[in-house]
Amino acid sequence: MSMRIVIAKPGLDGHDRGAKVIARALRDAGHEVIYTGLRRKPSEIVRVVMDEDAVAVGLSTLSGAHNVLIPKVCEELIANGMSDVIVFAGGIIPESDREYLYSLGVRAIFGPGTQTSSIIEFLETISKRKGSDLEVGVGDNPGWRWD
Amino acid sequence: MEMGLTIIKRIELAKEGNRRELGKLLSLIESGVKLPINNSNSWVLGVTGPPGVGKSTLIGVMVEEWVNRGEKVAVLAVDPSSPRSGGALLADRMRMSSADSSESVFVRSLATRNHPGGLIPFLDRMINLLGLCGWSRIIIETVGGGQSEIRIVAFADRVMLVDGPDRGDIVQAEKAGIIELADLVVINKSDLPNAQNAANSIKTSFDYSNNSDKLVILTSALNKTGISELIDVVEMLEIDNERNSLRIKERLLSAWDFLLLSNPALNDILLDLESGRINLDEALNRL
Repeated sequence: MSMRIVIAKPGLDGHDRGAKVIARALRDAGHEVIYTGLRRKPSEIVRVVMDEDAVAVGLSTLSGAHNVLIPKVCEELIANGMSDVIVFAGGIIPESDREYLYSLGVRAIFGPGTQTSSIIEFLETISKRKGSDLEVGVGDNPGWRWD
Repeated sequence: MEMGLTIIKRIELAKEGNRRELGKLLSLIESGVKLPINNSNSWVLGVTGPPGVGKSTLIGVMVEEWVNRGEKVAVLAVDPSSPRSGGALLADRMRMSSADSSESVFVRSLATRNHPGGLIPFLDRMINLLGLCGWSRIIIETVGGGQSEIRIVAFADRVMLVDGPDRGDIVQAEKAGIIELADLVVINKSDLPNAQNAANSIKTSFDYSNNSDKLVILTSALNKTGISELIDVVEMLEIDNERNSLRIKERLLSAWDFLLLSNPALNDILLDLESGRINLDEALNRL
């Protein structure tokens, strides 16, 4: 099932090799990927998701500012009526920070060494959950996550 | 929730400036839904040209200039779908710096979804919707085109061809194709050497073919030079009514291609062709 997915680089982080690899892998899996480019504000990322009518947004961050930037994106998505959008993250996010991000509605966090195939699997799973009205959007009950 | 909204209500909300609903309606159109809209007065500029000459970056700075002049600008940026996976990497908007923040700018990335001619057949419905919602300047950026892709004339009544320096000698400028149809030619990257030469070649070619009123403009999207002049020229363009029959033909071809691609028998026919059970004429007959 092909989806429209935004891959975004929030904040002052100039490293996007990972984001580009993910964008490419999703493209090869048949998805339409909108890549934002570097150094986007959370409000800009939310705007892209809105205008592009994306089903999901992947946030790539390696700067250490994930605990500030990712919550802002989640909050603004919900505040703008996009509770149904699925948020996932990747980059350098220490294990100890992850529980907090999951509690905000982030559904998956992919660290270094992740196979792109498991991200594709994640997307297939969220597509099925969405189809069966199970909680998966950023504004839904944050109980379910991808492990 | 919003799922319960009728299409009429969604259109009302989009007209009031609700971008979320506008985004959703564009998705509906893309999936083939016909919206009850009656509007054909949109102002449309098609931007075409080879890959890498700076179309997206140039559109980005043109959009800024238009916004400064009080316009509301919508961009439909088309990038290719993979013929293998069907997926696409849509990255035009990353080169348009004002795309993600200004209230007066709306950018939507579109994949070709392998429609022949590189433009989806529902583009006119999108244009009508955007016009209805108050977007006063609508720009269509085509995939980096070659010389013969002219489908853009089906959807845009003004066509701008963007090229750059060092893309061939004078003979390139003499070739037929989109260059004859473009209302104006922009040589971007004027900050690089030889941009003036490229502009001169094209201008000379126009002069020989009784098109001496056609303008060739130099810009540098990088340094933002020549942009205000370019917008002045684009605003003054007169609609070329002689192109009407060509426009109608391209629209028909676009609709025809779509019908062909959505024919339920197409896959079987392709398989039979591949295995050699039928030849091309027989395939055409079955279609």
